[in-house]
Amino acid sequence: MFYREAGDIKTSYVADSQTFPIAFDRIGYLCVIAVAFGVLPFIIGPYWANAVFVPFLIYAIAAIGLNILTGYCGQVSLGTGGFMAVGAYACYKLMTGFPDLNIIFVILLAGGITAAVGTAFGLPSLRIKGFYLAVATLAAQFFLVWLFNKVPWFYNNSASGQISAPERSVFGVAVTGPNVEAWAKYLICLGFLFVLAWMARNLTRGSLGRSWMAIRDMDIAAEIIGVNPLRAKLTAFAVSSFFIGIAGALFFSVYLGAAEAGEAFGINKSFLVLFMIIIGGLGSIFGSLAGAAFLVLLPVLLKNTFVGLLGWPTDLTAHLELMVVGGLILTFLIAEPHGLAQLWRVAKEKLRLWPFPH
Amino acid sequence: MRKSLLMLASAATLTAGAASADLVFPDLSYRTGPYAAGGVPFSDGYQDYFAMLNARDGGIGGVPARVIECETAYNTEKGVECYEATKGEGALLYQPLSTGITYQLIPKVSADGIPMHTMGYGRTSAANGEVFEWVFNYPANYWDAASVAIKYLHDQNGGSLEGKKIALLYHNSAYGKEPIRTLENLAEKHGYTLDTLAVDHPGQEQKSQWLQIRRTRPDYVIMWGWGVMNQVAIQEAANIRFPMENFIGNWWAGAEHDVLPAGDAANGYKSLNMNRVVDLPVFEEIKKHVHDAGNAAGDGSNLGKVIYTRGLYAAFLAAEAAKKAQEIHGVTELTPAQMRDGMEALEITEELMAERGLDNIGPAFSVSCSDHGGSGMGLIQQWDASAESWTPLTEFIAPDAEVIAPLVAEDSEAFAAENGIAKRCN
Repeated sequence: MFYREAGDIKTSYVADSQTFPIAFDRIGYLCVIAVAFGVLPFIIGPYWANAVFVPFLIYAIAAIGLNILTGYCGQVSLGTGGFMAVGAYACYKLMTGFPDLNIIFVILLAGGITAAVGTAFGLPSLRIKGFYLAVATLAAQFFLVWLFNKVPWFYNNSASGQISAPERSVFGVAVTGPNVEAWAKYLICLGFLFVLAWMARNLTRGSLGRSWMAIRDMDIAAEIIGVNPLRAKLTAFAVSSFFIGIAGALFFSVYLGAAEAGEAFGINKSFLVLFMIIIGGLGSIFGSLAGAAFLVLLPVLLKNTFVGLLGWPTDLTAHLELMVVGGLILTFLIAEPHGLAQLWRVAKEKLRLWPFPH
Repeated sequence: MRKSLLMLASAATLTAGAASADLVFPDLSYRTGPYAAGGVPFSDGYQDYFAMLNARDGGIGGVPARVIECETAYNTEKGVECYEATKGEGALLYQPLSTGITYQLIPKVSADGIPMHTMGYGRTSAANGEVFEWVFNYPANYWDAASVAIKYLHDQNGGSLEGKKIALLYHNSAYGKEPIRTLENLAEKHGYTLDTLAVDHPGQEQKSQWLQIRRTRPDYVIMWGWGVMNQVAIQEAANIRFPMENFIGNWWAGAEHDVLPAGDAANGYKSLNMNRVVDLPVFEEIKKHVHDAGNAAGDGSNLGKVIYTRGLYAAFLAAEAAKKAQEIHGVTELTPAQMRDGMEALEITEELMAERGLDNIGPAFSVSCSDHGGSGMGLIQQWDASAESWTPLTEFIAPDAEVIAPLVAEDSEAFAAENGIAKRCN
């Protein structure tokens, strides 16, 4: 009834190929953006920022990054944790090496360094595919974490091997370090996510994104119609690693404030982000956000419900949480293998016809 | 009549106000994951002591203590979540029982002004109270532990370690890396050679490390392990027939659950300890007031074990600091800043320990504004597999201050310079 194309007349190609062709969607999107930028910063408290929104926003960036590589270009990667570590350690080295450099540029440069590292580890993808590539990226994961543990230069020879973020500010407002206001933390992550998601959306529907998808769907056919696999695969690795590097830099500097490679960026991180895009939906920006939200919010929600409201023992809840999250992942994979994004798509299709389904 | 009603009403609100106020001690515990074996007894001891104080004395200075438990699974992200979730409840003191989480929280507690006590773990240089206003690590820290272990070996070898080979088997994390620099400096002083062998989280795979130990044949192996890593290491040591009496764990690698899985093969394994494991009178009190009332934390099976006793010791030190703070400020309800003052004025004497039913649980020590580290003493204990108990081999040994003090000064000053902290306590 409200959700329909009828009457929403497009008069230009630009209008016709916009991201949200239905007026209702556009308004909804603008409302979400307005609330995210205009309302939440004023009401967000430290618990909501640190336990819910900041990790969600950062994981969403990582999930979009991995989705570009796995969902759009079809290259399975288990190296996400390692690449996040590259972003984090690059960020740390730049922060301590160039104290006057603005943190925004530090994070972007950390993304750039990760892109270079990611491209190097993407080279095997030109020869190997599928499971074999997954193993090659797994090697990257273990090698990078080992490297950051082994070489003291990366952690400035600190006694404990920990890296910790000094205070840096944007326009005079601290965004890293201990004295950060909740809203500043939230806003810088939201800003990065907004710009990067925008970039990802436009990259994936442009010629580059089409070449990625061609490679994903059938690499030999893509090569025959003139897609250069070297260029397509390596750009996918570079762009994906850029996103993941930024996520790692934010994860270390804004969210945690201190990190060690093995604990914060272990193989679990790689799996977590992979689960996010599988549950959210491969090859979808919305899916990346939905998957990140699902896997960040659900444990916090379960914990607060069981321990906070019902007063159950914490260990029982922790075990139950694993079972519930695991069960839901299984249910999703069986009932809707294309993830939350597909559910959303189906819901929208139904809504268009509602209330007259025939 | 009206007046008395009004008075009654105001008295009622006053008592209601007093009843709702309490002393909040968040317990960032871990009862799940590969480190739960140590996390469970520590948390049980910590909670049981406060529960006993509440049941027996009505709390601390008449104000009940409230322990909020939050599961971290030894994971830093969950630790941050727990910190944020509990700090708004009026938290007086954090004890995360994880060096990784400690490093996360040091800047946060310093900014929020809430004290943190990392007993025998965490950042060693926090012993310098001139730099670390809100962080305490009394009664001992990792560098003390390393020094005590070397001192013990030094005495065992007739006063010389010249030409000896010592291997450090450590958890590859901030926790395990802490003692390396101290051991290196001590190696220069005493003339032994140091090999370091890292074991990655969670520590189940140590075949290659023990193969290396078998090949290089060090005279002694010192272990900085935690959780499942300890059990695996002791089993692996037994497998290669490494002499157990030459294998020394630190105080986080010396509990019953670490040695029991290896059975008789673990006989003779040594470890450090910062608290004595004896039958304390306070256990009876806990049994009477807490366990028999059905309020035991966990399943109540850990009473009297090594890590349980340490958790109880941590709670005892926290409760005494709170009492001290109440004395200093003449109030019963505390703010975190008042709690800090109490911790800085803490003085643990043998009489006090005996009075509270914790006779000689640890060394006597005192804390001051500039010294947040305590005495740093530790003892060596040995596992007797047939009796299934730990036997203390030594009295409390003092660490080598000549080596530790400059290291603490250097590291804390680097931290102060990095973060622009002005020294206090003048």
